[in-house]
Amino acid sequence: MARLTTDVLVVGAGGAGMYAAIAAAGEGAGVLLLDKSLVGRGGATIMAQMTVAAAVGHQEPDHWTHHLADTIEAGRGLCDEELAAILCEEAPVRILEMDEWKVGWAREGGRMTQVMAPGHNIARCCYVDFLNTGPAVARTLRGEVARREGITRVSGLMVVEVVVHDGRAAGAVAIDAETGEPVVIEAGAVILAAGGLTKIYRRNSASANMAGEAYALALRAGAELLDMEFVQFFPIGHLAPRLVGMDPIMWDPFRYKLGGRLLNGNFEEFIHNYDAPDEGQYTAKRDVASYAIIKEVASGRGSPHRGAWLSFEHISADALRKAFGPVIGRLAKNGIDLAKGPIEVSPIAHYHMGGIRVDASMRTRVPGLFAAGEAVGGANGANRLSGNAIPEAFVFGARAGRFAAAAAKRHERAKLSEKDAAHALDEGHARRRPGAAGGAAATGLFRQLQHVMWNDVGLVRTAAGMTRALGRIRALRAEAGDGLILPDDRAFNLALLDWFELCAALLVAESVTLAALAREESRGAHQREDFPQSLPAFERNLTVTLDGDTPVTGWVPVRRYSYALQQKRAAV
Amino acid sequence: MTGTAKDGAATFAPLRIRRGTPEAEPRFDDYSVPFEPGMSVLDAIVWVRTHVDSSVAFRYSCVNANACKECMVLVDGKVDYACTARLSPDGTTVEPLNNKRLIRDLVTDIVPPRETLKNALTRAKTR
Repeated sequence: MARLTTDVLVVGAGGAGMYAAIAAAGEGAGVLLLDKSLVGRGGATIMAQMTVAAAVGHQEPDHWTHHLADTIEAGRGLCDEELAAILCEEAPVRILEMDEWKVGWAREGGRMTQVMAPGHNIARCCYVDFLNTGPAVARTLRGEVARREGITRVSGLMVVEVVVHDGRAAGAVAIDAETGEPVVIEAGAVILAAGGLTKIYRRNSASANMAGEAYALALRAGAELLDMEFVQFFPIGHLAPRLVGMDPIMWDPFRYKLGGRLLNGNFEEFIHNYDAPDEGQYTAKRDVASYAIIKEVASGRGSPHRGAWLSFEHISADALRKAFGPVIGRLAKNGIDLAKGPIEVSPIAHYHMGGIRVDASMRTRVPGLFAAGEAVGGANGANRLSGNAIPEAFVFGARAGRFAAAAAKRHERAKLSEKDAAHALDEGHARRRPGAAGGAAATGLFRQLQHVMWNDVGLVRTAAGMTRALGRIRALRAEAGDGLILPDDRAFNLALLDWFELCAALLVAESVTLAALAREESRGAHQREDFPQSLPAFERNLTVTLDGDTPVTGWVPVRRYSYALQQKRAAV
Repeated sequence: MTGTAKDGAATFAPLRIRRGTPEAEPRFDDYSVPFEPGMSVLDAIVWVRTHVDSSVAFRYSCVNANACKECMVLVDGKVDYACTARLSPDGTTVEPLNNKRLIRDLVTDIVPPRETLKNALTRAKTR
């Protein structure tokens, strides 16, 4: 069996994983950076066409504590304030570091251009024109990773199990996509940076490889998850006409820049009817805007494809061209002329506020196991501010890399035997049935899961719907567990990789559903039709842990500022 | 894409995919995909993998955003991204890139040499 050895293993090579690798290598650690897709190509970062929030104060005076105040307000009382403070304080450091690495933040007169975004009280969102933030960030980090001798990159290696040895994360088992063969990895510390779970929803803006694997790996290794009920639905995901070659969430920056009008099926503005002033300023936070659109549709005031209209018809052709640049041409190829007519938008699963529970050093409760980026839960509470995802990837990635490198230095690396890897491998092998190629297998079950989650554990939730969903998810888990036929061929056997992905997604879907059932109130992105109010008694976080094969929930108090942090803040 | 026939998509578009590994004689498999105006070749391949034959090997990450650049194939003989190439209602043929080593079906070896498992195993030995 192929075997790799490293000080720090980083699972997932998007923004957080690449930053973690760079930081760990900077501490002198040997790093193995893996992605089940291609390094720096898959994941959410490269898809971000949007803005990056950081209190660098180039556009107008700003301070990280203002950014923190906005983040905590948006989080509806549930932010892990220590993580949120770290995010906001260190975001400018990372954004300026990226600037030195020549990412190409938009500038005017030598200073970085920063725009307003919903929920921010100061213009603090940097970007790379035109709609190029994610690709520019991914390219820059790929270059920095490649420059560091201490980092070994492997594309097409899918981690299917974190190996815990004597109570410590000691490595992982992965499957090589090209050959289907297992690889055992011995590591001094493991960082999970494999992103979120939005692929488990039918309408999503995720890349194809964000099915909750980081959460499933963490759960099975013994770590806790936090806030799993809070899935962010991006309010104005593209709906119609069919648009290809563009991220479905591309419309947001243009709403800020130009003031696109959001209208219901009767061509009336409506967000202000939902207790959220919008008035052409586009300040309504994501949770409220998503809810408002869904409610208009339910009341028979939706657009033809059951969404809302987004109109730029009141903007001059010149202003459109200035703001959209070459994007105008890409839209024209899709038959869209913004000067002539509106397009349709509706909410789309976009980001997960919940995730792996970590401390300020990005450590999980399993020694040697760390998390970074969207995989981390807590910093954004019940609702994430626009622009906080990319700095989260950078800041938490850099910290995880630093602290994991230190942990790897302190501990002797365990020698793993093939037996340590056997559990993960058996699961795959036992269900291989020779000669049974073809047939809709894991992909078909995954599609069913996406419908269940969208219909019953989505934007509007009830106990009845979620109980029904739980039954369906458990039935799918049973079906994936014993009925599945896998083709015997090994070379680039997607069916095998699909099966591991499906099992992770089902475990995570069950965790989301159980958490959403337990939170009998409405708050932020979690809206219960049967419990429409936010209740002070629920100003707590929900954890999910694994008991045998079953996820179980528990309550913990919200982590507020520590005394030390307050002192630090006062001293600024 | 809604992708099922019962959604009122009365029309189906032919999709022909070249299959096989380097060892085997290549073959073409034919599929019939529910057609919606504007759909991409990627949409069609994903539909086949979900509803008909999950063993079709294909590489993609970002799903129609043209960000990951992993889905490059031959569409009717021309190099193109499956995510931005439109499916023709009259029929589309998809083949793997012919200037890269074939792995299986539509998947070719596009992994940069310094990102392969082989490279990592070699590095491990020489340290």
